Formats: sequence, C-alpha cells, structure tokens
Amino acid sequence: MKSVRLFNARQKQVLGFNLLRLLSLVTVLPILGAVIYIFVRGMPAISWEFLTAVPRSGMREGGIMPAIIGTLYLTLGTAAFSVPLGVAAGIYIAEYAADNALTRLIRVAIINLAGIPSVVYGLFGFGIFVLFLQIGTSILAASLTLSIMTLPVIISTTEEALRAVPNSFRVVSTSLGATRWQTIWRIILPQAMPGILTGVILGLERAAGETAPILFTGAAFFLPRLPGSLLDATMALPYHIFVISTQVPGMPIQIQYGTVLVLLVFVLGMNLIATLIRSRARARRQW
Amino acid sequence: MDKFVIENLSLTYSDGAESLRGVNLTIRANAVTVLFGPAGGGKSTLLRTLNRLNDLADVAEVSGKVLFNDIDLLNPRLDVIALRRKVGIVFSRPVPLPLTIRQNVSYGLEMAGERNKARLNAAVEQALRLAALWDEVYDRLDAPATAISGGQQQRLCLARVLALEPEVILLDEPTSALDPISTAKIEALLMALTDQYTIVVAPHNVQQAARIADFGAFFLQGELVEFGVRDKIFLTPQDKRTQDYIEGRFG
Repeated sequence: MKSVRLFNARQKQVLGFNLLRLLSLVTVLPILGAVIYIFVRGMPAISWEFLTAVPRSGMREGGIMPAIIGTLYLTLGTAAFSVPLGVAAGIYIAEYAADNALTRLIRVAIINLAGIPSVVYGLFGFGIFVLFLQIGTSILAASLTLSIMTLPVIISTTEEALRAVPNSFRVVSTSLGATRWQTIWRIILPQAMPGILTGVILGLERAAGETAPILFTGAAFFLPRLPGSLLDATMALPYHIFVISTQVPGMPIQIQYGTVLVLLVFVLGMNLIATLIRSRARARRQW
Repeated sequence: MDKFVIENLSLTYSDGAESLRGVNLTIRANAVTVLFGPAGGGKSTLLRTLNRLNDLADVAEVSGKVLFNDIDLLNPRLDVIALRRKVGIVFSRPVPLPLTIRQNVSYGLEMAGERNKARLNAAVEQALRLAALWDEVYDRLDAPATAISGGQQQRLCLARVLALEPEVILLDEPTSALDPISTAKIEALLMALTDQYTIVVAPHNVQQAARIADFGAFFLQGELVEFGVRDKIFLTPQDKRTQDYIEGRFG
C-alpha cells in the first residue's frame, strides 16, 4: 500500500529553506530593534555641545567630550600594546611553532584567556598594573588591562587568517629561494592582512565597549577635563554610561540614551570599517 | 658530466604515503631526464629531494646518498636557499604568486638581494623571452599574474625559475593542467633549453615521456625499475614491467 505523503520532495525543500530563512531573520530582529530604539531615544540629546563640551551640574548638563576622547585614548592605547604583540604571536603560532606540547599549551592558554569574564581582567589588571607595578589608576594601566583581554581575539584571528593563505604559495616561494621570513613578509602577510585587520578591529571594538576591565584600572567617575598624560585617569563612555545610569539621581534619561548612542556609533563605526576592509579585500583576492 | 648522483636513496613520509626504496640513478648535465611511471611511484618525491623542497613535507626518514656537483645534498647543514636558486622547480598546477607578472619573474632575484631596477627589468625580459612569453605579456607586465591564461601562467612559472639562471630545472607534471597547444609549447621550450640547463621531468603520461626524453627512468611503487637512453628504454625495454607499462597494459 502506498503511504500518503503530505508534501513531495520539492515542496519539503521549499518549506525547509523558508523555515531557515525565517529563523535567520529572527536573529537579526533584536539587533535591529536595539539599534533603532537607541537611535530614536538618543538622537534628541545629540548636539554640537553634547559632543564637544565637558559635563556640568553633576553631569546632568553639558556634554560628554572627555568620555569620548577618553575612550578614543583607551582604544589607541590598547591597540599600541595588543596589535604588535597579538599579530607577532599569531605569526609565530601559525608559521613557526612546531606541533608540540608547548604549542598546545599556548593554544589552550589563548582559548581559555578568551573565556575569562571581563571583570576578572579588571581585578587582575588592578592587582598587577595599578598596585604591584605602581602605575596607578591611569590610561596606561587600563590600556594594558584591555590589551590582555583583547590579545586572544587578535592572536586567533591572525592565526586563522595566515592559515587561510594557500600552502602552495609557501611551497612556491620557498622553491624560488626565499627564506621563511621572506615568504611570510612578501607573500603570506599581505594576503592575510585583511583578515588580520578585521580581527584587530573586532578585538579593539570589544575593548572600547568594556566597562569592567577599566573600572578599577583607569576610569574616572567625573573628570571634567582631558587627561594630560598616560598616567592620568580618564573618563570613558562605557563607564560613564554605568555612572549616569546608576549613580546620579535626577539624571535626564535623554542624556543616558544620547551617551549610549555615541558609544554605539563609535563601535558600529569600527565594525563598518572592518566590513569594508573585508569586502574590498575579497574583491581583490586572487585565489 | 654527471649533475646528480643518487646512491641507494630511500625515503619514507610520516604518514607512509609515497616513498622511495633504494634508488640508484645518475642524472646527466644538459640533457632531459624523464622520470615516468604510474602515480605514487616516487617521482615527485625524488624531484623534491633534488632541491630539498621535501624539507617542507613531513619526511620521517631518509637514507642513502645524493650528490649535486659532488656536494652532499642531504647534509642537514647545506645552504638550501643557495641550492634552490641553482635547482628550480615547476609544479603541475601553475601557481602564480599573488603579485604582478613582473614581480613573479623578479621574485627569486629580489629575494636573493638584487635591488637594481634596471638589472631586474632586464632579467625579467630575458626570462620571459626564454620562456616564449614575452610577446604575449610585454605590454601588461604590471597586471596581476592571475589575469593570464593557464598555459601562459605555466610558462610564467618556468620564466620565474629561469630568471634565477639555475643549473637544473625540475618539472613535476608541468603540462597536466594544460591544453595540447600549451603542452606543445612547453615541450618545445624544454627541448630548446637543454643546451644550457639540466632538465628533470616527471611527465604525466608515457607518450610525453617518449617525446621529450634523452634518458628515461621508470619508477614503480618507489623503486627504479629501469634506466636507459631514450631509444633503449622506450623501444627495447629490458624489464617486463617497463614494457607492460609502455605498451599500456597497466597504469
């Protein structure tokens, strides 16, 4: 007896694809919703003064310029430490390290580093940089702390980007009398650069948005001027958002959303740059 | 003159894949020596031993002796960079480096430290002419090397080896990815180059082997079965296995 089928194979496929499409859309909705919501609530607060003035009246008026510049400083400071170190480590692991116990240990360490909660980094940075090395609560200490947190992302994306370069390029370059380093420098790195840059930006983006690691190491509650040196504390957008949302009574809600919007644009802007780099590189790629 | 003297060479990979067993072979200078036989016979392995490219592979064990101009090739302290500039290789699939046509040809010289633009450009032109590619690309030397056809790419790969003015050119199935016209061009080139170069080829079929060989070496499962001058090995092979392979009874 023939069994009765509700759908034939083709209909099933169409049904399946549409189900997957629907589920994919569901993942987009929260992101889209959050962005739209924050834009709508935050836009009224945005003005030239908001972006360029220091906070006044217990941060209830004026602007958030010191926090914007502070986040910029922290991001650049983090880049200064984590990019050279992370890229170098990624190159070492992908191109030089032999497959032995030490390499596996380093790999496990990196994976675990990526899984540590950010507040733990904050306390660790406080203990090592602020207290033990006596750097004090400062941009330097906060940047170093954020660097440690960012390193695993940069190392693993660098490694991945290098491994994605076809091995035949290494063989050909070697066969033409190039040393290992010449091969890496002239052929492999340029090919991997877009991937590495994407990883760098994504890592820094996360650093720019973190509160916990800078909480004890460099963030100032209220500092209505720009830091004068790397050893000064600084205001920063994420911590400022935390402060004005929980610590300041009578805070206009508009300013809270405005500050969130600025941080969001900062981070999404970096994301956009990463996407542009990636798509331009993909268009030019020759393999 | 003998370019390479191989004595009792055995090689195993860590995964036990293709390997060589007790190979004895002398490769003459300024001649085309053809290594032929079915896949997995050890031809590629032997080629990659001759310029130590096997250093990149997972080789478990090598024994025996390989002399290149009377120098011990297997010496772990050998300057392999210098060796690879003297013993160039062309692979079965053309792999242009992700650079321009010009940069592909000058790459080896630049890595060897040549910085003089005029000398580099002269070397590029000479190598491209030698590889019979100059007329086709002289007006787009700064275009990406991937922009030219597969046959042209393979001649580019030959040109970038020639630019280093090597003594030996190894070719591992150099025409397996090419159409018959491109194949004929490469074969004609090889014949023309024997005056100045020692050429070792692993062709991808026995007909090509017979067309271009001065000497032939038949490899079967890692062993050198028979070696001889062209007419002898292709017309009156001594070993039954060689004869069966040439007549197409297996392979």
